[in-house]
Amino acid sequence: MKFKTLLATAMMGMSLMAAKAMAVDLSIVSGATGGDLQFMQDELAAFAKDSGINVKIVPMPSSTTDQFGQYKLWLAAGNADIDIYQTDVIWAPQLADQFVDLTDAAKDVAKDHFPSIIQSQTVNGKLVAIPFFTDAPALYYRKDLLDKYKLTPPKTWDEMAKDAKTVLDGEKNADLQGFVFQGNAYEGLTCDALEWVKSNGGGQIVEPDGKISINNPKAIEAIERAKSWVGSISPKGVLAYQEEESRGVWQTGKSVFMRNWPYAYALGNKDDSAVKGKFDVVPLPAGSGDGAGSAATLGGWNLAVSKYSKHAEEAKKVVMFLASAKVQKDNALKQTHLPTIVSVYDDADVKKDQPVLVKWKDVFLAAVPRPSAPTKTKYNEVSNKFWTAVHDSLSGNGTTADNLKKLEAELTDLRGDGWK
Amino acid sequence: MKKPWYQVTAFYAFVIFVVVQAVFPFYYAIITSFKSGTALFEITYLPTTFSLQNYYDVLFKGNGTFLQNLWNSVWVASVTVVVALFIGTTAAYALSRVKFRGRGVLLMTILGVSMFPQVAVLAGLFEVIQGLGIYNTDWSLIFSYTIFTLPFTVWVLTTFMRDLPVELEEAAIVDGATPWVIVTKIFLPLMWPALVTTGLLAFIAAWNEYLFALTFTASNNAARTVPVGIALLSGSDSHEIPWGLIMAASVLVTVPLIVLVLIFQKKIIAGLTAGGVKG
Amino acid sequence: MSAIEPTPSDTPIRNQLVAGRVRSAWIFLTPMLVTLIIVAAWPLARSIWFSLTDASLLHYPEAKFIGLGNYYYSKTITMDSGATTTTMKGVLVDGAWWNAVWNTIRFGLVSVLLETLLGMAVALVLNAEFKGRGIVRAAILVPWAIPTVVSAKMWGWMLNDQLGIINDLLLRMHVISEKIAWAADANYSMIAIVAVDTWKTVPFMALLILAGLQQVPGDVYEAASIDGVHPIKVFWKITLPLIRPALMVAVIFRLLDALRIFDLVYILTPNSSQTKTMSVISRENMFDFDKLGYGSAESTLLFLVLLVMVTLYMKLGRVNFDGGVQ
Repeated sequence: MKFKTLLATAMMGMSLMAAKAMAVDLSIVSGATGGDLQFMQDELAAFAKDSGINVKIVPMPSSTTDQFGQYKLWLAAGNADIDIYQTDVIWAPQLADQFVDLTDAAKDVAKDHFPSIIQSQTVNGKLVAIPFFTDAPALYYRKDLLDKYKLTPPKTWDEMAKDAKTVLDGEKNADLQGFVFQGNAYEGLTCDALEWVKSNGGGQIVEPDGKISINNPKAIEAIERAKSWVGSISPKGVLAYQEEESRGVWQTGKSVFMRNWPYAYALGNKDDSAVKGKFDVVPLPAGSGDGAGSAATLGGWNLAVSKYSKHAEEAKKVVMFLASAKVQKDNALKQTHLPTIVSVYDDADVKKDQPVLVKWKDVFLAAVPRPSAPTKTKYNEVSNKFWTAVHDSLSGNGTTADNLKKLEAELTDLRGDGWK
Repeated sequence: MKKPWYQVTAFYAFVIFVVVQAVFPFYYAIITSFKSGTALFEITYLPTTFSLQNYYDVLFKGNGTFLQNLWNSVWVASVTVVVALFIGTTAAYALSRVKFRGRGVLLMTILGVSMFPQVAVLAGLFEVIQGLGIYNTDWSLIFSYTIFTLPFTVWVLTTFMRDLPVELEEAAIVDGATPWVIVTKIFLPLMWPALVTTGLLAFIAAWNEYLFALTFTASNNAARTVPVGIALLSGSDSHEIPWGLIMAASVLVTVPLIVLVLIFQKKIIAGLTAGGVKG
Repeated sequence: MSAIEPTPSDTPIRNQLVAGRVRSAWIFLTPMLVTLIIVAAWPLARSIWFSLTDASLLHYPEAKFIGLGNYYYSKTITMDSGATTTTMKGVLVDGAWWNAVWNTIRFGLVSVLLETLLGMAVALVLNAEFKGRGIVRAAILVPWAIPTVVSAKMWGWMLNDQLGIINDLLLRMHVISEKIAWAADANYSMIAIVAVDTWKTVPFMALLILAGLQQVPGDVYEAASIDGVHPIKVFWKITLPLIRPALMVAVIFRLLDALRIFDLVYILTPNSSQTKTMSVISRENMFDFDKLGYGSAESTLLFLVLLVMVTLYMKLGRVNFDGGVQ
């Protein structure tokens, strides 16, 4: 007990010394990790010097599902300890009531961001959160292996499957896989499957006007195509893979293709990587037939101010600072995160130091949002039912046609008189 | 009487099997904790590289947060055990040695507390903790952990106390001893195996708890415990899972428990038999 | 049996003594009762209350009472064609819920049975005299000592089909002929969960049973050994009856924990319908789908299922309500 008191006193003393006179102390909660956390800390420290607003970072485990549950609990209880939340791109419609409207604070800069992202964070005319950085997946391919068999990076899924087969047949290596992706039944599969469906011209599960479009021949064809990969060019275990499992197979040189987010690029080029310098990225392949074209699910993070904050005005200043072009440029240069402000991509320093980001600008142009806006508070359930139907189809639990038909019925039931 | 050789061999074979299956994942964790980067994805049975970098990073990067977490865990788990054993022993004495109306119902009610999933009580418990003004402190954990340590401790101790011979107590009552004296002077010394066992299990349960720790101490890094600390260990990007760090942290967390067991193991095994009490 | 209680030959002094003991019993119970009322009564009552409301996690303070609607209600809707159809809603007619009930019970029975048998074997070993007993005792506790959050993730990696050491090991030993996706394959995911849970909880059972074995006086064995009774007979006739109270309590708490299993499934196979348990599905509704009321209804039903199972177990195992054995 004594030791405890002593420790508490000592820590209080230290924080008193650190605090400036008249300064405001805020808290930001974030699932950011490692370098990202450090980056945010540095930027906030610089900001504190100029503004006298100190911001403490409360780190959270990186699992977005865990974060989301916690945040909902805190917001429901009116927790005033947290002023700023770093939010996933899909949360805005569900948490709209709990955050302060940023429309006024952002009125001069909102037009600089990609309109589609601002759109995704606007609910009933209220700007719920301001974009911090964005994220979109690409197709990773092994340059060395494709060159060896005189292949070019595939433009369509069928080409990819054919190329993978060619390489696998040629290499005769039982440990080598053709294509790894995220097939586990979780939010990641919703992202992957949305890309298959959308790139095949099969719509985006629920359309922006709220219409449930998933049960269509194009969508069935797209999922059937993915099913044909499992057990041929992809291992059966891919049905349990999340991002890290795919990267594990990929980075040990055991796969020809991989679908993943930008983070795998930097890690794959580290010195200990088996694929260092042997790979490159292109936009995800397209399907076939009418309306086919590359599609990449939109990810990314945003910043929102809690309506229970006792210092909302200061908090707004903080989020506007973090979302500014200057910080986004730093974030691009130091952390390889995709800016949400269009002009940053054309910045000379970014072009010189981060050429890969410029590649990603093409990927990003084909970005497709998950249907979180039209389905509002039901999004999580919609996504869960979608990935369950896809996972069932991939693992041969019922036919794809039946599963999608069932999914349509369930979604219709869920919608009731309209998405709320 | 000497046992035949094949029985001895079979016995030791079983012992070895039990030990290997129990320790192998831990051994694998140790090997993994020496690795970093792509080596983490490779399967090896023996250590290929030896680097304490992960341990250094866990302990000293992040401004010593992990050491603070470790200390919090020790503190929270110890107080939880003391509270559980104190409340458990007194309640167990009343429930096992005194016959009164409503005893069975009371025992069933205590058990009923363990019949709700932890997630279900989260919202309600959150309100209670906010109401008591201990949100974000270590007391919120010590307090909420009683919800799973108490029923267990009370039941196990009740069962043990019930089996102690009645003559012991009668002699003391004749001498005019108060119930408090009976519990502390007569029962406690005989209950060592049960107390150490339940205490150890309660300690580990508190040590490992994650959900409450995350919810009730979340916005105060200084009050967080080790499982949350481990979940917060991070790679360079949110998608990357820092296996080397996590394994190093797990090894660091498990070692104190092993030491604890080694210290108390004499107490676990000694006890009634040594005390010469017969039923 | 061992409690001091009034007998027909009571004297006034004896009566006074008994009354005094009952009074001090209640004093002794006070700390526990106060703690449990604060910690448990309110949260549990809240949970049951939520199950009768339309509460959502984000707006739970404003929850409205809706009766038993979360459990069951039927509604007739008129379609555009003028025809009517009746739909039934609620946990009680929810296929996903019953699937979770089945998974939970299946898991609970198998894992508790395995854990009890193995725990018993390990406890008997630890109770025997042999060299290095202290080390072995510490070693077997290791699985219980690693935080579940960590060990579940660790097993997730070890069971990974391509990168996992388990497949590699089994392939080398020629137990399996091709790599198995333990967590992903519907045929194996439940086996994986049971195996990991057993690995983790055998120490718990072993330790509790060992504590029970400690109460068996040593001279009982000596007597049996001198009489030349076969060890297996000694076990059935002497050891088992003596440790039954401890064993029964250990099994009850294991059963309660197993039927509420959450974190292992949540981390290892979070969304597989083969392994989704009652706790997992309840959390999913409460937190992910924002249906606090519906999820609370599931938690309340889980409570009822557990109550039935434990009562059944106590009846079958002839554990009396006092927590002891008749």
